[in-house]
Amino acid sequence: MKKNIEIRWHGRGGQGAKTAALLLADVAFSTGMHVQGFPEYGPERMGAPITAYNRIGNEPIRVHSNIYNPDFVVVVDETLLHSVDVTKGLSEDGAIVINTTKEKEEILPLLNGYKGGVYIIDARKVSMATLGKYFPNSPMLASIVKVSKIMDEEVFLTQMEESYKHKFAKKPEVIEGNMNALKMALSEVR
Amino acid sequence: MSIRERMSGNEAVAYAIKQINPDVMPAFPITPSTEIPQMVSTFIANGEIDTEFIPVESEHSSMSATMGASAAGARALTATSSCGLAYMWELLYVAASDRLPLVLALVNRALTGPININCDHSDSMGARDAGWIQIYAENNQEAYDNFIQSFRISEHPDVMLPFMACQDGFITSHAVENIELIEDDKVKAFVGEYNPENYLLNADMPMAVGPYATSPFYMETKMNQRLAMKNAKQVILDVATEFEKISGRKYGFFEEYMLDDAEIAIVIMGSAAGTTKDAIDALRAKGIKAGLLKIRVFRPFPGEEIAEALKNVKAVAILDRAESFSACGGPVGSEVKAAMFDAGVNVKAVNYFYGIGGRDYTVESATSVFEDLMKIADGSMEPENFKYVGLRK
Repeated sequence: MKKNIEIRWHGRGGQGAKTAALLLADVAFSTGMHVQGFPEYGPERMGAPITAYNRIGNEPIRVHSNIYNPDFVVVVDETLLHSVDVTKGLSEDGAIVINTTKEKEEILPLLNGYKGGVYIIDARKVSMATLGKYFPNSPMLASIVKVSKIMDEEVFLTQMEESYKHKFAKKPEVIEGNMNALKMALSEVR
Repeated sequence: MSIRERMSGNEAVAYAIKQINPDVMPAFPITPSTEIPQMVSTFIANGEIDTEFIPVESEHSSMSATMGASAAGARALTATSSCGLAYMWELLYVAASDRLPLVLALVNRALTGPININCDHSDSMGARDAGWIQIYAENNQEAYDNFIQSFRISEHPDVMLPFMACQDGFITSHAVENIELIEDDKVKAFVGEYNPENYLLNADMPMAVGPYATSPFYMETKMNQRLAMKNAKQVILDVATEFEKISGRKYGFFEEYMLDDAEIAIVIMGSAAGTTKDAIDALRAKGIKAGLLKIRVFRPFPGEEIAEALKNVKAVAILDRAESFSACGGPVGSEVKAAMFDAGVNVKAVNYFYGIGGRDYTVESATSVFEDLMKIADGSMEPENFKYVGLRK
């Protein structure tokens, strides 16, 4: 019996996968849970594949290792599907969420026969429509919250609004766009 | 009521520094400790604390400036990692022999060769003979708690030794986790004002700091340093007792987890201890009597107490996150074995190297060590001098 939900994020340096993992830890914390959010560090540079992780649960978390058998995987950049084995160790009771402009049928052959849940979202479309710029991390954050059912969607939105108000205290004009990105992503992920 | 928060290990130390509001912080950035001076300088820029921040051009200078400030009578600290600590090398010994009660937030990172930014303990283990108190943290909570206790121990008149507050680079320094913070007023009251008995800026009592010591005096200074280190043991326990009153969290020289009736045990330091605890829970569920001794205080080394705690196990594995290239074992392994020998504790012991240069240490890693120990305990396997955890074949 696993105590915590474990999530692995795949992105490229500079896309915000690490930030998204920390935001997920933040919002889960604000609902009273025990959290871990951490990146795997190496000789990073912009565009290189990076990995970040979350453990989230109701008990204190003592393990300090990377995650090899995640319940969920988030792929922030679909080009990684060709170079990184993103479903490695992924629980078949869990799911993978991929940021892509493609249809699910086109993505499935790239997942090494993974039999669990497969969800897609066009985070670029969501981000451009709501923020006017390409920041995939807010849409991906909303997507994993929806797919993992880690918390109630309304609670998530309320807590994120609080979090953005704090984070963007000096740039309040970007709060609405980010909130819209979350809401749109919640309905777009499929 | 404590404050429920979430933050990384670096944030936790920076927050402790904010609450302590030290007089002077000279620093030079190096991964993975950079965030600490970065955050503290933000607190200063925002007017939240009035610490004098000195941006210097190297770690040799950051330690020199910290020592200068401390000698002048200020409460001073700095932060570093890896090669930064190596660049402070000669000053580490001077800070200790000058009996300067300053604090260094060390975020453990491999000491280069080949270049590597990830965690191991080779930086602080190299400095283990420099005369500094060394305390290690398992997680962000302990990094915070240890830091709040640091000045009380370091500045105690019976001690007056520099203090290295260690945490595992990236593994805890960059991992956001839950934490319980203590209210500002309680921390301030606990840490108290620093009123040194002797200091350079005291015009009424001129003094020299760090003069030449000829042979007739040199050995006695070393004897006094050893005495101070021995005194630190009681002070560390006393400060921990007081700290428990404001935090509810108990600290000692080491933590024992399921060790009372354990037949096999792992001795380890830092973040890997938590991972080992999860392995122990799984083994206990199968009826295997596994336990843990997590060393918190490495300098002064609580050898007698460790030997006493391990005397009833059938086999013990001592895990080192640093090489010493003696070709006989690592620093923690050698000292624990020597302590057991001195105490007449005849337990089968094996020394492992793990996590060097950030090699991941998982629950499975800990379990594999316990599986070896079960065989060693029942006599079906001979204990080897040293082995590796997670070495690629």
